[in-house]
Amino acid sequence: MSESAVSRPSTGTISGKSIVLDNVTKQYPGQSSPAVDGVTLEIPAGKIVMLVGPSGCGKTTTLKMINRLIEPTKGRIVLGDEDVTSIGGDELRRRIGYVIQAGGLFPHMTVAANIAIVPKMLGWDKGRIAARVDELLELVSLDPAQYRDRFPKELSGGQQQRVGVARALAADPPVLLMDEPFGAVDPITRQRLQDELLSIQEEVQKTIVIVTHDFDEAVKLGDWIVVFTEGARIVQYDTPERILAEPANAFVENFIGSGAGLKQLTLRRVGEVTLADAVTVHAGEAAASAIEKMERADHNHVVVLDDRERPVQWLSRRQLARLDTLTDVPEDKLPVVGQGATLNDALDTMLVSSAGAALVTGRRDVFLGVITVETVMDAITAARASAAASIGGPVGTNSDAIPTVAPDAPTSAGSSMSQAHDD
Amino acid sequence: MTDAAVEARVTTVGGAATWKGLIVQPAAIAAVLAGFLVWLNLAPLTASERSTLDPASLWGSTLEHLSLTFVAASIVLVIAIPLGVLLTRPALRRLRGPVLFIANFGQAAPAIGMIVLLAMLITSGYWASIVALVIYAALPVLRNTVIGILGVDSSLVEAGRGMGMSAASVLFRVELPLAVPVMLAGIRTALVLLVGAAALAAFVNGGGLGLLITTGVNLYLFSVLISGALLIALLALTIDWLGRVVEHVARPKGL
Repeated sequence: MSESAVSRPSTGTISGKSIVLDNVTKQYPGQSSPAVDGVTLEIPAGKIVMLVGPSGCGKTTTLKMINRLIEPTKGRIVLGDEDVTSIGGDELRRRIGYVIQAGGLFPHMTVAANIAIVPKMLGWDKGRIAARVDELLELVSLDPAQYRDRFPKELSGGQQQRVGVARALAADPPVLLMDEPFGAVDPITRQRLQDELLSIQEEVQKTIVIVTHDFDEAVKLGDWIVVFTEGARIVQYDTPERILAEPANAFVENFIGSGAGLKQLTLRRVGEVTLADAVTVHAGEAAASAIEKMERADHNHVVVLDDRERPVQWLSRRQLARLDTLTDVPEDKLPVVGQGATLNDALDTMLVSSAGAALVTGRRDVFLGVITVETVMDAITAARASAAASIGGPVGTNSDAIPTVAPDAPTSAGSSMSQAHDD
Repeated sequence: MTDAAVEARVTTVGGAATWKGLIVQPAAIAAVLAGFLVWLNLAPLTASERSTLDPASLWGSTLEHLSLTFVAASIVLVIAIPLGVLLTRPALRRLRGPVLFIANFGQAAPAIGMIVLLAMLITSGYWASIVALVIYAALPVLRNTVIGILGVDSSLVEAGRGMGMSAASVLFRVELPLAVPVMLAGIRTALVLLVGAAALAAFVNGGGLGLLITTGVNLYLFSVLISGALLIALLALTIDWLGRVVEHVARPKGL
């Protein structure tokens, strides 16, 4: 069972194509060492693969060789089952979406005209283009009637970036390349755009390759992460879970930075862990019967639900003893988390509440159970163990990679995706 | 919706300010021209002055002057804009410095000297003047074409190429439209320079309003001298104004 598939249920069918870089090298004339040295990289269809590494490590060069904005000196690029190394660059790029920092919208064209560029080049008729523009603006959460005739300068940075994504998706390309897409927006907007990208990806299931220098962004967005060092040497190519649990070497460890354990908490959601039971009573019942129930279950707390099964109070034995009947007056600062919240959020809520635990609610705020610090600890231990035990994954190596650099780098070609993170 | 309305208002206010500037200039030109015409009719002029300042011949000289200006300007555009575009292409980047240096030299050299020199070398008259004027006025157009295109954000070029636009398509649909304001400013500068420099064509029998100035100097007819200078100045201001109107209208929306 894939962890990332749980947090992102696949609703659409995979429309992405796999990408294979086969021993790709870029050597600029007049430079002693190549910018990218013999990279072999398998990018599975329908997944988000993050290229991370320090600046100047060649991750952007690697990305731009996929759509041949930079022509590789050596090697092969295969898109789906087609070798695209020698087809016309412009033709190739019309089939690959490309998003750059800040959107790169043309300031003298309206939002609609910007999105229509590739469809126009592909010779779509006007009606189809107009319909597609509106569809895409809806997809990126912009009201078509309000935004289609605006010029880029009349949009905020986040809106421009959304239009940039819509433009890249215009001709429904199987592959989307993004070069530091959210680097130029403020942190709050960035988070919102990341969430939106994930929900768009649920729908469209493209193969997305994103360059970033922000490891947290890589953990959040990536199904797979490629960690590069100088000369585009692949240090580790793995799932976020495994990179956090088992960094290949000190370089990766440094790159992850402090708090790898806390970052792991952001990878798992409350809905994925086993919740503890709780004694529940409904508002209007007598306190005495609640105490009786509690004692029978050998618990110290009861959760009071309202008539729609939503938690309103969380009472201890001592609090119950002082009451006659239970009311549905909501308690202040009741520690509640939704099942979609990350374990990180849950832990935060627990730390704030005095209970050392939090109530979990599901759809329409219906009570589901209780999550405790122990539950979180168990989940993390299990995650580490499963990450350590999982093997296989797509190939990512350098032609002359020294084995000791990446002892964990999977080398077996063609290992299936379903094998990855098997629990 | 409210912010859209605010934006719309801001645009109108900005537009109104620009238009106000564009209305004052022709009004001032018209007023001065009217004053000149009144003076021409009422002033006690000598017979020779009156024959030189005869309206028909003034009009003829003005047309000649405009012809010198616009023929030279057209040749400048045909040469300097494509050259400027070529100099921004990666393959010819290394030629940019030397070519701009030569163009700079053309403008720095005294126009009068160049006109006389060319008249002696080639032939005197209209075409010698045109050649000298073209050399003189090429720089601003060339320079602004280069600057305008280089000023286009390189990430936009990359975005265009990344979407699969050909290099030519990026040039014509992204780079040139965005460079238009800077290029038009260069063209306007060149036109104004040309109106002034075309006065020198009279020295080599090239015609134009410069004739009034040379006549005025040679025959000590100060009213003729001043009339010529005034008309050339008014013509330059008019062309400057026309250039501003074109810049205002041709400016790409959204900038």
